[in-house]
Amino acid sequence: MSINWFKYSSPQTFFPLAGKLALGFGVLALLACGVGLYLGFFVAPTDAQQGEAYRIIFIHVPAAWMSMFLYLVLAFWAGLGLAFNTRLSGMMASAIAPTGALFTFLALWTGSLWGKPTWGTWWVWDARLTSELILLFLYFGFMALQAAIDDPRRADKAGAVLALVGVVNIPIIYFSVKWWNTLHQGASVSLTKAPTMAATMLTGMTVMAFGFWFYSIAAALMRARCIMLERERASEWVADYARGSA
Amino acid sequence: MIWGGPENFLAMGGYAFYVWGSYLVTLGLVIAEIVLLALRKRRALARLRLRGTAAQGDR
Repeated sequence: MSINWFKYSSPQTFFPLAGKLALGFGVLALLACGVGLYLGFFVAPTDAQQGEAYRIIFIHVPAAWMSMFLYLVLAFWAGLGLAFNTRLSGMMASAIAPTGALFTFLALWTGSLWGKPTWGTWWVWDARLTSELILLFLYFGFMALQAAIDDPRRADKAGAVLALVGVVNIPIIYFSVKWWNTLHQGASVSLTKAPTMAATMLTGMTVMAFGFWFYSIAAALMRARCIMLERERASEWVADYARGSA
Repeated sequence: MIWGGPENFLAMGGYAFYVWGSYLVTLGLVIAEIVLLALRKRRALARLRLRGTAAQGDR
């Protein structure tokens, strides 16, 4: 039994699957965030230095991780679409951008609200904060560039070039705390050494990270379905779907 | 419960503005994204139905 890898690579076959996945991941996201918030507020203890302010970590870090991860996934789909000229790949890249921009903004917003009580300032031109702000502009630039071009296929191509060029910013964000002398703290959680965090805090944060990840999948797939209905409006299966859902 | 009462929980050790400011904006923007997506789908379907009736008129 050979697997047909390309079975879901056309909008028509992927559309129903995306619907089921979006629903499933949406429910998983709700559950994970529920458990994560419970752990974060009712199990994790007060921090010795920061008191209760540190509880912002349960959304700041997951949002920051997602802002970087979603950009890489966006660039992956954009690159695939550029290489294989496949319509669905471009749709996936466009579907991810707004959710990626949302998490980038949230990482900056929650970081700023955390910085005020702990650093004494809302903002500082620190390497980590500045490169994350550049990431936000990259997301906006990608969306604006695509919106400025009428033909979706050409918009995908242009967006893909911008997205791929912007990938260099992701390692800069991630390693900025190591390369430069930043006010922002270094990584408490990394693949190379044991996390320097209390267990319950780490668990709460990890569960929230999975929650944000599942949410991103659900939101991006919902948006991908909308894009398919818009871009494939001339095809018969979309007309059938529209009639069916009347 | 480690908070010892809802008022302490809301006060968040004096950091209420910063913690709830972060969480409420996050919740608000996530809900906004979901609502916008639902509206986008409804608009796409409405446009398709319009397109469908127009096509029937031609046939």
